[in-house]
Amino acid sequence: MLKGRAFAPQFASSRHRDETAELGMWVFIATEVLLFGGLLLGYFVYRHANPLAFAEASRHTDIVIGAANTAILLTSSFLVACAVDALRANARSASVALLAGAIVLGASFLGLKGIEYADEYREHLIPGIDFVFDGALANGVQLFFVFYFVSTAIHGVHMLIGIGVLATLALLVHKSGSTRRRAALHSAALYWHFVDVVWIFLFALIYLPGRSGG
Amino acid sequence: MTDWRPPFSLVASWLGLLALLALTVTLAYVPLGAFNVVVALGIGATKAAMVAAIFMELRHRGARTMVFATAGLFWLAILLWLGSMDFLTRT
Repeated sequence: MLKGRAFAPQFASSRHRDETAELGMWVFIATEVLLFGGLLLGYFVYRHANPLAFAEASRHTDIVIGAANTAILLTSSFLVACAVDALRANARSASVALLAGAIVLGASFLGLKGIEYADEYREHLIPGIDFVFDGALANGVQLFFVFYFVSTAIHGVHMLIGIGVLATLALLVHKSGSTRRRAALHSAALYWHFVDVVWIFLFALIYLPGRSGG
Repeated sequence: MTDWRPPFSLVASWLGLLALLALTVTLAYVPLGAFNVVVALGIGATKAAMVAAIFMELRHRGARTMVFATAGLFWLAILLWLGSMDFLTRT
């Protein structure tokens, strides 16, 4: 890096650098949308072919943990959005505290998810490991749970990465509140909010179908 | 500066998101037939739009950022549209 410049030579200004970073994040998010998009397409195709089985399988998921986890993620996103705002207002310690709160909520989400997986193992609902389901709908129910485990596991990996990114940013912001850190925190926040949005749709597709008995 | 306070827009959208979550869980137990899935995905899309507009700050961004942000949705729409065509039209 050139002495006296806070940005690399390909940029005309630090604002140019920050805008490039933001657009780059959105391109990355587009690739992530398509990663989850393939799973969504598979879900819709199999739900269309097995509507009763998907409703039945959904009733076997834990809506209390699912709804609690949704509230936890929405709140963590709120805290991250606040952390970005706080750093912009030069409130560095508040920003770090808010990020720490979001990390704790993210870890709680994964903890609850683990409890849920353990319950499903006890109920013999894990395809490929231990799956027992009686009745004519068994095959469709199994397809639902394949989607359930693949999509929530991939989402969980994103959560783990997000927690790591937020922790790194909390350390960096703790050291310095430069404009460069602000741009980095904004990029990390975009990733965290995206993972939240993915969960909003997974929640609607996994936990809500079939609840009204239809 | 230690007197930072969360902006009203962030607090309001956080409470709004939690209210929508309560609404979608409640409506899931109301028998609406085929509309249950429409309601669930509609409320989900509303929540996602709120997160994108307010938490991800898209409402403060110009057309260029919007093009980048909606590119993923554009390709997703093509994927879901062409991908499901065969299955939806089989007799």
